[in-house]
Amino acid sequence: MRYEAPTSTKDAVTLLSRAKGSAFVLAGGSDLLVRMKGGFIEPDLVVDIKRIPALQEIRKTSTGFRIGAAVPCAAMGEHAGLRKAWPGVVEAANLIGSDQIQSRCTVAGNLCNASPAADSVPALVAAKAKAVIAGPKGRRTVPVEKVPAGPGRTTLGKGEFVEAILLPLPKGKTGDAYLRFTPRTEMDIAVCSAGVCLKLGRGGVIEEARVALGAVAPTVVLVPAAAKAIVGTKLDEAALAALTAACEAACAPIDDKRGTVEFRTEVAGVLARRAAKIAYQRAGG
Amino acid sequence: MSHDASLTNRNFKVVGTRVPRPDGVDKVTGRARYGADATAPGQLVGMILRSPHAHALIRSIDTSKAEALPGVKAVITSADLPDKVNGRRDLLDILENCMARGRALYDGHAVAAVAAIDAETAKQALKLIKIDYKVLPHVTDVDEAMQEGAPIVQPWVRTAGGDPNKETNVSQISEFGHGDVEAGFAEADVVIERSYKTEQTHQGYIEPHACLASVGPDGQGELWVTTQGHYTFRNQCAELLGMEIAKLKVTSSEIGGGFGGKTHVWMEPVALALSRKANRPVKLVMTRDEVFRATGPTCSTSIDVKIGVKRDGRITGAKAVLRYQDGAFPGIWGMLGAMTSWACYDLPNVKSIAYDVLVNRPKVAAYRAPSAPMAAFAVESTMDIVAGAIGMDPVDFRLLNAAKEGTRASYGPTYGPIGIRATLEAVKNHPQMKVKLKPNQGRGMACGFWFNFGGQTCATVNIGVDGTINVSVGTVDVGGSRASLSLIAAEELGVPYETVKCTIADTASLGHNDTTEGSRGTFSSGMAIIFACRNAIEELRNRAAKTWDIPVQDVHWQDGQAVALGIQHSNLQPLTLAQIAAKSPRTGGPIAGHNEVVADGAGVSFASHICDVEVDPETGATRVLRYAVIQDAGRAIHPDYVEGQFQGAAAQGIGWALNEEYIYGKDGRLQNPGFLDYRIPVCSDLPFIDTQILEIPNPGHPYGIRGVGETSIVPPLAAIGNAVSNAVGVRLTHVPMSPPRILKAIKAERSLAGDRRVSAG
Ligand SMILES: Cc1cc2nc3c(=O)[nH]c(=O)nc-3n(C[C@H](O)[C@H](O)[C@H](O)COP(=O)(O)OP(=O)(O)OC[C@H]3O[C@@H](n4cnc5c(N)ncnc54)[C@H](O)[C@@H]3O)c2cc1C
Repeated sequence: MRYEAPTSTKDAVTLLSRAKGSAFVLAGGSDLLVRMKGGFIEPDLVVDIKRIPALQEIRKTSTGFRIGAAVPCAAMGEHAGLRKAWPGVVEAANLIGSDQIQSRCTVAGNLCNASPAADSVPALVAAKAKAVIAGPKGRRTVPVEKVPAGPGRTTLGKGEFVEAILLPLPKGKTGDAYLRFTPRTEMDIAVCSAGVCLKLGRGGVIEEARVALGAVAPTVVLVPAAAKAIVGTKLDEAALAALTAACEAACAPIDDKRGTVEFRTEVAGVLARRAAKIAYQRAGG
Repeated sequence: MSHDASLTNRNFKVVGTRVPRPDGVDKVTGRARYGADATAPGQLVGMILRSPHAHALIRSIDTSKAEALPGVKAVITSADLPDKVNGRRDLLDILENCMARGRALYDGHAVAAVAAIDAETAKQALKLIKIDYKVLPHVTDVDEAMQEGAPIVQPWVRTAGGDPNKETNVSQISEFGHGDVEAGFAEADVVIERSYKTEQTHQGYIEPHACLASVGPDGQGELWVTTQGHYTFRNQCAELLGMEIAKLKVTSSEIGGGFGGKTHVWMEPVALALSRKANRPVKLVMTRDEVFRATGPTCSTSIDVKIGVKRDGRITGAKAVLRYQDGAFPGIWGMLGAMTSWACYDLPNVKSIAYDVLVNRPKVAAYRAPSAPMAAFAVESTMDIVAGAIGMDPVDFRLLNAAKEGTRASYGPTYGPIGIRATLEAVKNHPQMKVKLKPNQGRGMACGFWFNFGGQTCATVNIGVDGTINVSVGTVDVGGSRASLSLIAAEELGVPYETVKCTIADTASLGHNDTTEGSRGTFSSGMAIIFACRNAIEELRNRAAKTWDIPVQDVHWQDGQAVALGIQHSNLQPLTLAQIAAKSPRTGGPIAGHNEVVADGAGVSFASHICDVEVDPETGATRVLRYAVIQDAGRAIHPDYVEGQFQGAAAQGIGWALNEEYIYGKDGRLQNPGFLDYRIPVCSDLPFIDTQILEIPNPGHPYGIRGVGETSIVPPLAAIGNAVSNAVGVRLTHVPMSPPRILKAIKAERSLAGDRRVSAG
């Protein structure tokens, strides 16, 4: 196995593009190293992106936040501006693992690992986050939900990797929230989860909404019907019931050791309802 | 010489104090050496190839490619472990479990092993071993395994005492009890009958199995291993490999948890066989996946309980039918479940029938009070239902029927002084019982019993010339016993705790010691140490008599010194232990005491637990809010470690009750062999576990000790089951009470209630 730690995005792209055999990007390594040690993958090339200076910082820009792909989730929790703007996203990122994992794991890694149960992803999707992808043909920017293709698979081409995650500046009265269900209080993987982002208009009426569910389909899913169920309402009981029904309808989970179809479907609705209430309150409703 | 084991009432000086444990600093600083922390020159890495099938015929094994790989020093299969056990089926079972003999009996069953110069080479060698399997039908569920036409796990097994021609998965049927249960039910005002299921759980010790084995061409061998019983490991390994017992020295490492799972050999004979073949030391460390798939969890069960009761609360009849799966080899676990099921109560008519059943799962091992928690779950849940049915408080109901001194236990013996009533009285008075519950919260309580055990034990006490004391014992310290045993030696000799150093001796240094199981460590080694100290005191008195030149019968031992009794010796100043020790080279040489004993008289122990929970009715998630353990310890030698045992047992019980379970796929393969999906509780899942030690001395021990390590894993399944059922208003009958199971039960009840409303309206 070859290990490389380039210091520029260009070098990283070159290494990945020219790689023969299996090549993996290494960010925090909290998924990659576990899979290597477990014997599930045997990489020929590992490209560590943590030495690329531009990838190590959270930058506030005129349009929002740029979170470098090497930024550990703990740093997101310590960024006051980010916390204030996107409390749901930061909470989701900070739910990952333990203190030790927090100081290594990244949201880009969480996204590219492409687990349907990835904690930060539903919150990022709800917040309309985008991924900046660097590759042999230059850069492209896509909505984060376009990156995972299925469990463990991404839409990234050969030589491509995620350089940064972009979050917009929240508009007006916006609030977001993320909830997951785990049988244990921590050190567990989401059986199902929900991220909700709301923007309120006049009189506390929901003007825009995005609802994303985790672990109920091969990828994190954005549920427009759930958003539609609450837009134009003040999140009254009827709206919450409609939201729940829309979420349940969007679930296509599997029965496995972590949960049954029935349980995942029902609890996804419960979480979406609870997350919507938190987001509504955060938006000032 | 006084080897009188009976309780001597005494005021203790150091016993009962909370001194620091001697192994504490090493453990918190990382100096302690566990199973994987030994190395030897030229050591190889051992690895085991395991069956991916639940049940398969092994048509052939081709190891030639693996053997040809540079760096591979030995490859073994069952052919390298020939049957040397002279027809002893129990030993052959152990050997077959260590390495499949023609048939893989469960997912994870070892089929071959390699020793190579490094881990990479060993891994590669495993991949080069070609095995031709013919997959056979399998069965993993205990009830299915008992059905007519179920796949047969072991063709040679017959039900003990049953049809000699009938292949079966039921290896034995055991029955206990007395009186006439049918007459008892006929006499009852209310009869309740319920069925329960519990899933398989693992002890979940953090340290995986690990050893360093070395066998030379001269037939002598050494084994460094994490174990609860190195003498048992020595005997079994020697017998399985055809070695002489005295030529195999086994040293027990520090142990990172065992809870019964390290009472059996799993891969140690394989490591020794690899070493013998390679003529190099071999280190073998299991992965977590291997620990789950191929060591011994406890049984999954299916249990029916029936209780008949008079309106006044007197139980007239009690019956349990218990089906326990023992994995792929015959066991006694169902029998133990039957014996423990009714042990808390004084019953005129009682019966337990147990079926020990084979399935295609790993061989079951002991897990802390093995078999009792599941039986208690079924019995104690039904006890609550019965109390509810006759409108009686569950604690009063249990008190009314509790066993007492003179009660004939359902499993045979008549009890001496016991603590079940005292624990129930303590429950009634416990402050937790008065805390008001909020919506979605529930309270439950339950009782538990465990036999405790004594067995073969040896101890040596050596007195150094500076007056410090070396105590050597052969019971592995799994929970702080070196501190307790040092306290006992200090007490008996009359010296400060700090002058005593207790060591777990290797197998060459003491006679045979039974394994640390059955809560016997402090009970039995404590007894042997007391006798060994009394033996040493004899010698100390002899030396003092010699020094003073007076008859030994005039010398008494008092508060750590020799005192000359009688007016004629009033000019003689007492001689301290240290003074006598300092002179010992000139008065007859080293001073020591030793003892070899079968420690009889282990005292049974009882516990009652109280649990408060809150259940989220929308997700089925349970949070344990408050938890209290009340248990009879006989005598708490070191209260910290007694409390630690109570808390640890309750913590394991909470995990078992709520989330832990072996999940098998339709293919018979274990789906969650790791701590991510086999969910033992993390710290934040547990409340502070309150403890209350009761001391009802065991008349069969000089200091009144009963074992304390196991009993408190018995009540939690039922205590939590009762609390959850009270919180949600539905009876939970399936452990673990995981969120999906609770939510399903709530929804079923809701739709039933809906049906009732509809039909009423
Ligand atoms: C103990 C423990 C607890 C955990 N708990 C949680 C949890 O609660 N919730 C949760 O969601 N996850 C959890 N995880 C999984 C893991 O920590 C997260 O998925 C984490 O966000 C991964 O980030 P990373 O930087 O460590 O990724 P890495 O392991 O470095 O990479 C993950 C994958 O993504 C690829 N990759 C990484 N960065 C990029 C990039 N910039 N561009 C393209 N591909 C890339 C890698 O090649 C690899 O395939 C846990 C893991 C452990 C070990």
